[in-house]
This record gives sequence, structure tokens and C-alpha cells, in this order.
Amino acid sequence: MANVGYDPFATSGGGRRRAARVAIYGILGLFAAYYLLPLVVIVLNSFRELSEISRSGLIGFPQSFSLEYWPMAWSSFCVGGTCKGIAPNFFNSLYMTIPATIISTAFGAINGYILSKWRFRGSEIIFGAMLIGVFLPGQMVLLPWAFVLGKLNLTNTLWGLVLVHTVQGLSFTTLFCRNYYLSIPDDLIKAARIDGAGFWRIFRRIVLPLSPPILIVTVIWQFTGIWNEFLFGVVFSSGQQQPITAALIALTTAGTSVHQYNVEAAAVLIAALPTLLIYFFGGRYFIRGLTQGAIK
Amino acid sequence: MSQEGLGAALSSQLSTAPSDTRAHRLRDRIHGITPQLVLAPSFAASFVYVFVFSAWTFYISLSNSSLLPTYDFVGFEHYASLWQNRRWNVAYTNLFLFGSLYVAGSMALGLLLAILIDQRVRGESVWRTIYLYPLAVSFVVTGTVWHWLFSPTSGVEAFVHSLGWESFRFDWITDRDMAIYTVVITGIWHASGFAMALFLAGLRSVDQDLIKAAQIDGASMSRIYARIVLPAIRPIFLAVLVILLQFAIKTFDLVLALTVGGPGIATTMPAIVVYDFMFQRGQIAEGAAAAMMILLALTVVVVPYAVWTVWSRRREAVDG
Repeated sequence: MANVGYDPFATSGGGRRRAARVAIYGILGLFAAYYLLPLVVIVLNSFRELSEISRSGLIGFPQSFSLEYWPMAWSSFCVGGTCKGIAPNFFNSLYMTIPATIISTAFGAINGYILSKWRFRGSEIIFGAMLIGVFLPGQMVLLPWAFVLGKLNLTNTLWGLVLVHTVQGLSFTTLFCRNYYLSIPDDLIKAARIDGAGFWRIFRRIVLPLSPPILIVTVIWQFTGIWNEFLFGVVFSSGQQQPITAALIALTTAGTSVHQYNVEAAAVLIAALPTLLIYFFGGRYFIRGLTQGAIK
Repeated sequence: MSQEGLGAALSSQLSTAPSDTRAHRLRDRIHGITPQLVLAPSFAASFVYVFVFSAWTFYISLSNSSLLPTYDFVGFEHYASLWQNRRWNVAYTNLFLFGSLYVAGSMALGLLLAILIDQRVRGESVWRTIYLYPLAVSFVVTGTVWHWLFSPTSGVEAFVHSLGWESFRFDWITDRDMAIYTVVITGIWHASGFAMALFLAGLRSVDQDLIKAAQIDGASMSRIYARIVLPAIRPIFLAVLVILLQFAIKTFDLVLALTVGGPGIATTMPAIVVYDFMFQRGQIAEGAAAAMMILLALTVVVVPYAVWTVWSRRREAVDG
């Protein structure tokens, strides 16, 4: 009974199976097109002539090719009255994102170390209070920040934005690092303490060497989040001080004049490129960060 | 014997060098509270950020501030006028419509893609990369590009026209009644890969022996998913739901870049209304009241989830 030599359903079963495989790849491919369409369109149009775009729209196979729109978008296109391209805003974003990422990650690592390995009475409550920062909407803190930045003479400066992003990022970085450090065995820390190692020594010699996986995740998360942030950038800075997201809105919604789609497409890509590159090269860590940050 | 000796040695040291010991003791005490000291700046910053700033905004919402903050108390007047405001009513109606379609759509699509990828497909990492990359792209870039694609003169409509179908129309983005659905499509594009990644991580964590046992018993794949796999990843459904809901409530720059809240105010959102009140119209008390309503909405979503998480963890700890 068990070893039936001839199974009348075997062939149709195989056929059905093949059909199922085809359907799976068909659906996956269909949605891949939905996800890729904007990227493909924007890349192609950053090389097309404007006359061709205005004739046939943005979607379509390019008939023309030119490399001149990227340099224009970078250094000579007019954004809000000044014609220096998007480069100054790109560097603003860079000078804002890098310090804010490093500082918030460093604090997050130390906070996470304390909240997982040096717990004291009330430390769980402190952790809970810091966690609320993850959910607090930016709109709640706009007016107080405007006041504080004014008092500190940091209005419309990049250091002001660095401060805002660092404080806002603390809750994320602390959460990530604390959850990760929970998996380091307490016995390891105890043994080191018995051997006479102190707070900083244990951090440097034991915790930090085990940290690269979570530090990569945290840095990617912070860099992406701060680079892409818009609300704080547009509220706390203006003109030449604006980060690239705010400048991009000014550039593409600059109302009356005819859209220079090719230059704007290049500018959009320049704005998206840093985080896209990080995603393509560090995507594994990115996914790990998402799942860790969200589920734990 | 030796302990006594040690004690004697210590006490003799104590008596001979009192000043040195005091310094020692102080150092020991500081050592003892190093964690608290190191944590203090972060905690202070977070405390101010979360509690003082929120309390401040709440107070402003109760004051008669207009262009600049003043501290004359007027009670809940601005909340009352907020709920009379047409723009606000449109905004929160939009939030309900957009939020439910965006969350349901992202979860459904994310789950579908996760299940398909879980069927041992070839090139899994390629599919995953394609579906998830939107999450690395800012809302500003996403909104800008989709604005161009939805725009009848440059996007899909122009494309179909160029193929020869001249009467084809796809002008949702300029249509007051349909524009909100362009926001939904764009939002799903951005978030469904994220849902997919979380669902996939969940599917991978389900006990494979359980699935094999069901297969041997002759259960069909759809039955296995409905009865075993999906119930097993119920906590992930809840996590994804809560995360997406709070994304929806905070939606701001996506809409600003895609439709600027238009046509007219057809796609405006609560977060945009806050921004308008505070920085375009100089009505910061109304803006603060609107921000408080956003916080309230988030609280309604997040607090029950947090309580449930803590509760189920406790129960797990007791059971285990």
C-alpha cells in the first residue's frame, strides 16, 4: 500500500506544483515592479533631456542621454533664491547627521550597559521613562525646543539640530543597546567584578568587544533616521542652514516655474543616495535592527 | 586566624592614616554610584524632553498664546475651537480613512510577500532587498517621486497616452475625493516591506517540527498556515499593527511632499494642521492643542499595547 508504483495523481500533482511555483514568482515579480518603478523612473530621468520628458512624460524608455544634470543639481541649480545647487544642504545634512549619530550611539551604549548590567533601585522606571521618547510625536516638542535653542543661541545652527537629534535619539539607542546587552551573561560581569574590575574597565574590556553587532545596527538606524528627518530640519533651520530634506521640498515645490524634472530627479537621488548605499551594503544589519527593535 | 590578622592590619592602617582613608571612602562611594552618575545626564535630558516639554506644550494649549507664548490661562477654549475647525475635522477624518487602509494594506501585502518568500524561493535575499529598500528612503523623497508618477501631465496618465490610449484618465491626485488614496498607495509602498520583514522573521521562528507533523498528517498548506503558523505569530501581528498605527498618526512629511495636503485641504493630516497653526498662522495655542490630540491618539494605541506586553511577559515568567 505504502509504495504505490503508479500514482494517477502524481503527474497532475506535479503540474499543479509547477503552476503554484509560477504563480509565486509571478506575484513576487509583479510587486517587485511596484517597488522598483519609482527608483527606475527617477534614475532614468536624471539622464534624459527635458524636451523628451515634456513630450512623453517621466515613464518610458530614454531616447536621449546626458550627464550634465547631476553636476547641475549638485552645484548650480537654484534652490530658494541661491544658485549653489543641493551640495551645501547635502553637507549640512552630513555635518548634522554624523555627530548626532556618534554622540547618541555612544550614550546609548553606556546607558544600555548600565540599565542591563548595573541595575539599581529605580533603574527600570528610568528606562521606562526614557522609552516614552520613542513614541512622543515631534509636534509635542517643537515649541519648547524653539525656546531652548533660542536661549542657547543655537537657533538656525547645525549644532542646534545635532542637539535635538541627539536627545531624541537617546531613547532609541538606549533601547537597542540595553536589549542586546541583556544577552551577555551576568556571570561574565560578576567574575570580572570579583577580579577587581570596575565599571569602566568591564565596559571597555568585556562589553565593548562584544558590541559591534548592535553598534552597527544602532549607527545605521540613527544615521538613516536623522538623515531622512524633515520636521525638525524645516522648523529649526532656514535658507542655507537647511538639511537636504527641507531643501528638497523647497526645490521641488517651487511653484510657478516649469519643472526641470531631470535636474530635480538628480537632486532627489543625491538626497536618497547615502541611506540607499547604507541599506544596500548594510541591509542585513538593517533588517536585524528592525526585528530586534520592534519585537523585543 | 588570618582574617583576624587582616582585620588588625586594616585597623592599624586606619588609625595611622585617617586622611588617606577618608579619600578612599569618598572614592569608594563615588565608585558605588558611578552607574547612577553616568546615567544622570541622559536621564535628565530624556526627562526634560519627555515630561517637561510635554507639560510645557500642554500648558501653552491652555493659555491664550497666539504668535508668541503667553501664560494667561484660558482653560480648554482652544480644544473647543479646534473641534469646530473645519480643517481639523477634515484632517482627523482623513487620518481614520488613511490610517485604516494604510495599516490594513501594508499588513496584508507584507504578510502575502512574507508567506511567498517563505516557500523556499530562489534569490530570497534579492526579493527581500527589493521590498524593503523603500524604508531606507525618506518620506520627502518618496512623496516627491510618487507625486510625479501620479501627476497626470508627467506620470502614469501621460505614459498611457503615449501608448496611444488618449482617453485614459488617472488623475486621482488632482481629485478632491480620490487624492487620499494616492497617499494610501504611497504609504503602503513605503511600509509594506517593513511589515514583510517582521512577518518573515516571525514565520522563521515557528517550530518546524510542528509544521512537518501536520504535513505528515496530510494537512494542506493553507490549513497549516491558518491553524498553526499564523496563530503562532500573533504577537508579531500586534507589534506590526501598533508600529504602523503610530506611523500613520505621525504622518507628516509624506503628505507634504506628495500633495501638500491638497487639492485644497482634501488630504490634510493632524500633524500638518499642527504645523500650520504653529508656524504659518501664528496660533500656537491651537497648534499645541492639536499636538495634544495627536499625543492622546498615540497614547490610546501604545499604552494598552505596553501594558499587554508587560502583563504577558509576567505571565510567561510565572508559567516558566
